[in-house]
Amino acid sequence: MSELLPAVGQVLVLVVVLALAVPLLGRHLAHTYTAPGHLAVERGAYRLLRIDPDADQHWRTYALSALGFSLVGILLLYAVLRLQQHLPLSLGFGALPADGAWNTAVSFVTNTNWQWYSGEAALGHLAQATGLTVQNFVSAATGMAVAAALARALSRSGAGGRIGNFWTDLVRGTVRVLLPGALVAAVLLALLGVVQNLSGARTVTTLTGGEQSVPGGPVASQEAIKELGTNGGGFFNANSAHPFENPTPLTNLIEIVLMLLVPFAMAWAFGLIVGDRRQGAAVLAAMGLLLVVAVALLTWAEMAGPGTVPHAAGGALEGKETRFGTAGSALFAAVTTGTSTGAVNSLHDSFTAPGGGVAMVGMLLGEVSPGGVGSGLYGMLVLAVVTVFIAGLMVGRTPEYLGKKIGQREIVLVAVYVLASPFLVLVGLALALSVPAGVAGLQEDGAHGLSEALYALASASNNNGSAFGGLTSGTPFWNTLLGLAMLLGRFLPLVLVLALAGRFAAAQRVPVGPGTLPTHRPLFVSLLVGVALVVVGLTFVPVLVLGPIVESLS
Amino acid sequence: MNALLDPAQLATALPGAVRKLDPRALLATPVMLVVEIGAVLTTVLAALDPSVLGWSVTAWLWLTVLFGNLAESVAEGRGKAQAASLRALQSETTARRRTAGGHLEEVPSTALRVGDLVVVEAGERIPGDGDVVEGVASVDESAVTGESAPVIRESGGDRCAVTGGTTVLSDRIVVRITSNPGQSFVDRMIGLVEGSERQRTPNEIALNVLLGALTAVFVVVCVTLWFVADFAGAPVPVLVLAALLVCLIPTTIGALLSAIGIAGMDRLVRRNVLAMSGRAVEAAGDVDVLLLDKTGTITYGNRRAHEVLEVPGVPRADLVEAALLASLADETPEGRSIVELLTPEQSDAALPAGATLVPFSATTRSSGFDAGERQVRKGAASAVGGWVRESGGTEPPALLAAVEQVSASGGTPLVVAERVGDAPARLLGVVHLKDVVKEGMRERFDELRAMGIRTVMVTGDNAVTAAAIAAEAGVDDVLAEATPEDKMRLIRREQAGGRMVAMCGDGTNDAPALAQADVGVAMNTGTTAAKEAGNMVDLDSDPTKLIEVVEIGKQLLITRGALTTFSVANDVAKYFAILPALFVVAFPQLDVLNVMRLSSPESAILSAVVFNALVIVALIPLALRGVSYRPGPADALLRRNLLVYGVGGLVAPFVGIKLLDLVVSLLPGL
Repeated sequence: MSELLPAVGQVLVLVVVLALAVPLLGRHLAHTYTAPGHLAVERGAYRLLRIDPDADQHWRTYALSALGFSLVGILLLYAVLRLQQHLPLSLGFGALPADGAWNTAVSFVTNTNWQWYSGEAALGHLAQATGLTVQNFVSAATGMAVAAALARALSRSGAGGRIGNFWTDLVRGTVRVLLPGALVAAVLLALLGVVQNLSGARTVTTLTGGEQSVPGGPVASQEAIKELGTNGGGFFNANSAHPFENPTPLTNLIEIVLMLLVPFAMAWAFGLIVGDRRQGAAVLAAMGLLLVVAVALLTWAEMAGPGTVPHAAGGALEGKETRFGTAGSALFAAVTTGTSTGAVNSLHDSFTAPGGGVAMVGMLLGEVSPGGVGSGLYGMLVLAVVTVFIAGLMVGRTPEYLGKKIGQREIVLVAVYVLASPFLVLVGLALALSVPAGVAGLQEDGAHGLSEALYALASASNNNGSAFGGLTSGTPFWNTLLGLAMLLGRFLPLVLVLALAGRFAAAQRVPVGPGTLPTHRPLFVSLLVGVALVVVGLTFVPVLVLGPIVESLS
Repeated sequence: MNALLDPAQLATALPGAVRKLDPRALLATPVMLVVEIGAVLTTVLAALDPSVLGWSVTAWLWLTVLFGNLAESVAEGRGKAQAASLRALQSETTARRRTAGGHLEEVPSTALRVGDLVVVEAGERIPGDGDVVEGVASVDESAVTGESAPVIRESGGDRCAVTGGTTVLSDRIVVRITSNPGQSFVDRMIGLVEGSERQRTPNEIALNVLLGALTAVFVVVCVTLWFVADFAGAPVPVLVLAALLVCLIPTTIGALLSAIGIAGMDRLVRRNVLAMSGRAVEAAGDVDVLLLDKTGTITYGNRRAHEVLEVPGVPRADLVEAALLASLADETPEGRSIVELLTPEQSDAALPAGATLVPFSATTRSSGFDAGERQVRKGAASAVGGWVRESGGTEPPALLAAVEQVSASGGTPLVVAERVGDAPARLLGVVHLKDVVKEGMRERFDELRAMGIRTVMVTGDNAVTAAAIAAEAGVDDVLAEATPEDKMRLIRREQAGGRMVAMCGDGTNDAPALAQADVGVAMNTGTTAAKEAGNMVDLDSDPTKLIEVVEIGKQLLITRGALTTFSVANDVAKYFAILPALFVVAFPQLDVLNVMRLSSPESAILSAVVFNALVIVALIPLALRGVSYRPGPADALLRRNLLVYGVGGLVAPFVGIKLLDLVVSLLPGL
């Protein structure tokens, strides 16, 4: 029970910090994505890219721009990873294998940051900084751009499918939000002890007199955008459990704040963009509710959950850093799986079975609690459309969300979106568990092996990127499968959301009356949370029963 | 309501339900198609490896499909009886067609084409839909409308449309046929009530897409579970997976969806409203603005005697007596209201012995009585004025002024005149008939406001009169001194703001507005043009029916939403029944999830399948009747329906499956 106080305390601090920062950042985000006029540096970028920043794109053009940009990103990153040995600052590391380079390229461009390799033992500074860190910024900015386009579309009426300009959104999100945010965060983290240098491995003598090679590098700068852009790809294989990335409980809490900041602020900005702050607050409340439940369950599972060892030790400490404790690890795990970040400060494989289950559900929800930067918002808005459809019928009107009628076309887009993640996870799982190459990667048999595979596919399909551990994923089979899951899990929903945005922008806005279903009240928020849980519950309960639930009950 | 599902109805619906097992008929409902594929699969499996469980599951899967079909057949069957009686109207008759040369030739009614002129006399049946172009007649339309009182149909104006199959009671009319055989109003009615013309509505299609997606999710869940369970060391037989799949996919709403749509149309038909498309019924649920004509809808329509105004020089008592006597035998609302108004002034009035009543007729537009030397007439100013002039009398300017004054105030003047012997008739005075707001209108408007619908009263009255009535009735807005163009502009303005507009009308000049409105209800008494322009026809010609139409539209959507919620909520309990049953042998610890304490895995699976099938039958009455709708704010409605169908849907299967398990577990050999 001695840990209960800090457990509650850190959550309270978190809530206070977010309550202060989210509305401010939200206002800045809303301004970023709607205000006319360009900064000098942005104008330079537009001239360089030879684009007209004020051109209003049709959703198809917008989607093609986003897809094209991402495709080029994948190809460039693939090239850097395959040609590493010929490039400067390689620290002597060789080229990644083809399947590994494919997986990593897709992983970083899709904002997943699944890492099958050890960062410090496979990538040189150039690959880390230009390849991965650049994608850490622009993949995040792409997600934010799409969410902003959807919000803008909802605020328009009869705009003929035009939803804004992808390039403008991309540049602004990077220049006005992510770069300054990451700069501040990097300085703060460096001040608090996170390593930041450009040196290679250093050989030091340990306390016991042995020799150890300790690599350095631009850790703080990558750490900042890793959390702020909900990327999650660590400089070190140990990720945020490594003392160079996350040295103290304070940096731990700061990293948690960084992960939550933009996703929540996007929801707030959404309210401002559609001109009704309450709508943003409602979406934010639904995200927050899911997160609070996940944090509570995970903390309970790790501090008092089942298992002989945790009971004897007063908490499940295996695979956790003592400087964070069970509470600090549980909170980090709930946030990193809820935000699609995928950074880890502890080994999720060693969590208690229900704890690991909660982390999985956080991802299986489709990353909406509060989800990745941008993707969390549009994921929640898609769920809101499903909720509105069913709830709207129950009040006797053709369903509408924010004055936009939800008809057949909208439902088709939303239905395919909701189908995508279960399809990728379950079909991938069935495939992995029925071919020898898939089973070979699993460390264990039976329920826990199932959990390892399920976690990996949930993580990849929902662009989270965190790993359960226990799965040897650096094989051609897993690299290819997870790469496909990441690719489809990112871009299929993205295109569907943009198509939906196009429909919304083109539609007339129906005025709100007393007969309209209010979408800002607690009743709607709880219904939205219920729909999110029921959709994921009905889809994944059978496999969860065979994995974490069977384990929890044994 | 208890007649909704009597055994006889089920028996007649059964052959249709069996016919619909044809997979091609199920293509439109993916949910039920998947059930049928599952049923075929389990049939094959049970045949290859017979077991009690296998055959029981197979039987119940087939029953699930059948029950779904049965719901649709029952819904269709309800319209069939009505269609049969309508068909009787279509029996071929002989029509007298007027040729170009003016001769009459006898032709079968089926040979009539648009534009033909036919002559119909008293006692004859009108051979086809058309407009009266010559003459006036009273027509018995009870066969179509169910209203026994005859109606007047006359050439020109807004009362010229006649329906084929109705009977002329008096006089002779010439009708220009407006529809070809097979496309008449009655034909369309038959098609609608039988459901054969039913096209699925936009919202129904959208819901079908969502249900299809849910079905696809569960197909993926069940197919992949086969591989995953195999890995986990708890292989699941395909037969059981098929059972699980059918339990999980939203069969309840999938099976009842089309029945809900058909029943919604049927409910309209029962209220004597014919919707030309289901789209219009759905749109009715979304209406934001309701345009209501003042006269006849909000008020009784100038029908209540308010005061009597005597011509200067005529003793008031003379006027009172004459008006009273002329109204004693007058059973119209106007007549009764005159008696009510004047009885306190002269309580002993009685018709003289031997008086003959002169009934109101369409041509004289007046009524009264003859008693020996004395004749009294009361009626429209022009008609009674004409009668007076015929007898050599004159209309005093003061009377004309009084008539003018009553008209200007928005009322209707009734003129009373008297003639004794051969002397010229003299005008006694004017009865002022005033508009009276119907009882209960304020409450209905309050209800509409609660539903979020704004009411606009449309009237030709001047702004002052209109405002007074509007305030009394409690409408939200008024369009005074309205011309048809004003009405049109109002509709366009509201629609430009994204609002859905409903209105009703009967005249030819209403036709453009009826066509423009999202929901246009034409009165059956109206012109053919109006009926063609609207997307609904009210056979009772009751403009307040709009309110019921809106309610039915909302009820239709609510029923769909409620049953979808119920269907999905059911799945939670089914998981608790089936998942432990699937895996408890391999993982005994999962027995704690068997919260219903079902007796055996086989019994649990079968109970869930049986529950899934029976719940369809149990909900057929609800699908046909519709979920009860009480007007109120959206939030309150949602809370209530969530509680009943969401929470109810969570709880009901726990109870139902447990009870079924008690019975099913007794099955030998399971």
